Amino acid sequence: MVFSRARQSYDGVVLAVPVTVPYQRYSIETAHWWMGKALRALADGAGISHRDFDGFSVASFTMGPDVAVALTQHFGLSPRHIDHVPMGGAAGIVSLRRAARAVQAGDADIVACVAADTNRVDSFRSLLAGFSRFSQDAVYPYGAGGANGSFALIARYYMDRYGATREDFGKLCVAQRDNALRNPDALMKKPLTLEQYMSARAIAEPFHLFDCVMPCAGAEAFLVMREETATSLKLPFVRLLSAIERHNAFAEDPVQVRGGWVVDRDELYGMAGSAPGDMDFVQTYDDYAVISMMQFEDLGFCAKGEGPDFVRQHTFTVDGSFPHNTSGGQLSVGQAGAAGGHLGITEAIRQLLGTAEGRQVKDAKLGLVSGFGMINYDRGLASAAAILARAS
Amino acid sequence: MTEPLPRPKRKNPLSRTTQPLLPPSARSRKAHGFTLAAATGRFMLQCCGECGRYTYPAREACPNCLSSDLTFKDAPTGGALLSETRIEVTSDPYFREHTPWRTGMVQLDCGPVAVVHLHGDCGGPGSRLKLSLQLDRAGQAVFSAKPVSEVPHMEDDPQWREMTADPKHRRILITDGRGPLALPLAQALKKAGAARIFVGVADRWKPFDQQAPLEAIEGVEFVDLDLTSERSVQNLAMDIGAKVEILINTADHVRPAHLFDAGAANSAREAMDHTVMALMRLAQAFGPVMRSRGADGATGAVAWVNVLSVHGLSNAPQFGIHSAAHAACLSLSQWLRTELRPGGIRVINAFAGPLDTEWFQTVPPPKVAPKALADAVLDGLKRGLEDIYVGDVAKDIEARLFDNPKAVEREAGQ
Repeated sequence: MVFSRARQSYDGVVLAVPVTVPYQRYSIETAHWWMGKALRALADGAGISHRDFDGFSVASFTMGPDVAVALTQHFGLSPRHIDHVPMGGAAGIVSLRRAARAVQAGDADIVACVAADTNRVDSFRSLLAGFSRFSQDAVYPYGAGGANGSFALIARYYMDRYGATREDFGKLCVAQRDNALRNPDALMKKPLTLEQYMSARAIAEPFHLFDCVMPCAGAEAFLVMREETATSLKLPFVRLLSAIERHNAFAEDPVQVRGGWVVDRDELYGMAGSAPGDMDFVQTYDDYAVISMMQFEDLGFCAKGEGPDFVRQHTFTVDGSFPHNTSGGQLSVGQAGAAGGHLGITEAIRQLLGTAEGRQVKDAKLGLVSGFGMINYDRGLASAAAILARAS
Repeated sequence: MTEPLPRPKRKNPLSRTTQPLLPPSARSRKAHGFTLAAATGRFMLQCCGECGRYTYPAREACPNCLSSDLTFKDAPTGGALLSETRIEVTSDPYFREHTPWRTGMVQLDCGPVAVVHLHGDCGGPGSRLKLSLQLDRAGQAVFSAKPVSEVPHMEDDPQWREMTADPKHRRILITDGRGPLALPLAQALKKAGAARIFVGVADRWKPFDQQAPLEAIEGVEFVDLDLTSERSVQNLAMDIGAKVEILINTADHVRPAHLFDAGAANSAREAMDHTVMALMRLAQAFGPVMRSRGADGATGAVAWVNVLSVHGLSNAPQFGIHSAAHAACLSLSQWLRTELRPGGIRVINAFAGPLDTEWFQTVPPPKVAPKALADAVLDGLKRGLEDIYVGDVAKDIEARLFDNPKAVEREAGQ
């Protein structure tokens, strides 16, 4: 059997109208309320009615018992392409990829990609308790540390193996906080020093308070369409050059030290006609700084095991040598459930449209966004990435 | 090294008793294969009948060959620590009261990687470990890792004590002081560090064989207890119920009778009164207070042991009434287990073959020496088992029942 390994190009696919519904630590509203706000902002931004969205792709942990089709009635949509992408931090790129193919094929003209989650006082605990069958059977009963406990095991292993230190993780967290201070939508408003990072209380060794994202309520959204649709709507847009996703890669690694990006990264850069060094900024999925470091390696910015050294060689603020998570990332903006996987995309769109205001990376033409998600048992299963480019 | 558990201070009667909480207990049905193994102290994982690979967590199909022939099979207990953490913050109320909680990721010698509870004496990443399946406070199976070799006081590790029912510094009630088990049990409990051993005796004025040696054990205290009297059981519970952390029910009544004997029904009624009704009276009197004390400090209430006949699992015609009574006890114990679970109290059934005592005089060997039964109960408490099979006859019946219960039935009495 012969497989064609090369995927077709994403030519003509664009993204427009980045929407962030400002986050709240806790919300008494449901996920639907947040989705409604996001859809309204998308429609307002596009200057059309939400009924004109003929594609709808949704990601949420807290929309139950509804499924995507139920939401069409809830919001008065009548799409011909719908999608529910329950993939946590990879949902943004996966939604984008599928939406791109839908508009390329003419299955839809405008796909609204929406991620929204609420955060009630107890909803995070119930999400952890029932996250997956493997997690329920084989992780949660072991100290109920949630993602912190699971990633602490991954981080400790990475530190032992590659010599990363808490200071290295701290450097990324501190830089992101610096970026977040320029982002009015970030929940974290106070500066963070490395000393504060180092001396914060322990959560699950080696993680301390500032290694962990703050669960919150919020929504992120954007539109995917063909270039001519954007032009006719007079919408500023950015181009999708390439996108990859891979699930459950390297299952034989006893502890996760790499994600599926490694499998597909040559295609990612090949399709975009670019190299890692060409990127003007990078938005990694930063549920933990160690995972960002892993992405630097797996996306080819440095070799495996060189992540700690890469961090020591670079600066990561908006004006640094390696602008990274320019919104402040989830670590400083907040993690609004599945919206965390869309945060990097909306931020990348803004950077490439030149609308990132106080945190604008100078002359940003090319950017990489990465997604990672779903720690089903002992590792994050889903990895995805996309390269976006300024329209001209 | 584990700090030895200090003898608990006298409790301030005005201070609030901590309410019992349980660790997360939701499991898939397949995962109860581990419960089956943990209940008897075995270490088993799913193993593919086609490709022979072990797999974990519990699955419905082998990830290597997609066979659904995944049966739980004994596995080597060794492993190496890959990574570890100490959880300081959790949103789960049970673990919140037990932080910091040490967990690790272990490369099992049989192949898969497991997240495990890590004993405090385990070394860091790279260390060799010995794995076991334990029942946690919710009665659910969990993987636990200990160092390969014994370390002093390792049974006192606070996490390990949550998985076991160690008698150290606990107060125990043995319900039938006149039975053959009372003395060896009391001796073994004393040796294991029990703080106090209440021994129930009916009609205290009547002397009995083992009275003197029992009395000689420091910490043993005789209490009035007639298991056939509801009032007697209730009175004792009112007196010492809140001091019993482990209850060992040794109630028994062995009288041979043929099913067609004229007085068999009366014999059966009497046997039931001394066994299953006794268990019911004990459950009603001691169950509620034990359940409420499941988190009452490091030496709170922890276990209820029933000593049962293995013939409760499959009738032995020679002791038909005895078998039937113990079958009823077994059923009642399952009910009791459910009712005590919210308190984190473990119900342990020790199934024994015929004891080497006068009532089984006509039975040929092998028979179980009372001391062997007592030692098995202690072992079960210390390891946190749920089902204990004591002696060659009981182990034989366990294996045969697992294999083919009808064969056991047809061969009974032959």
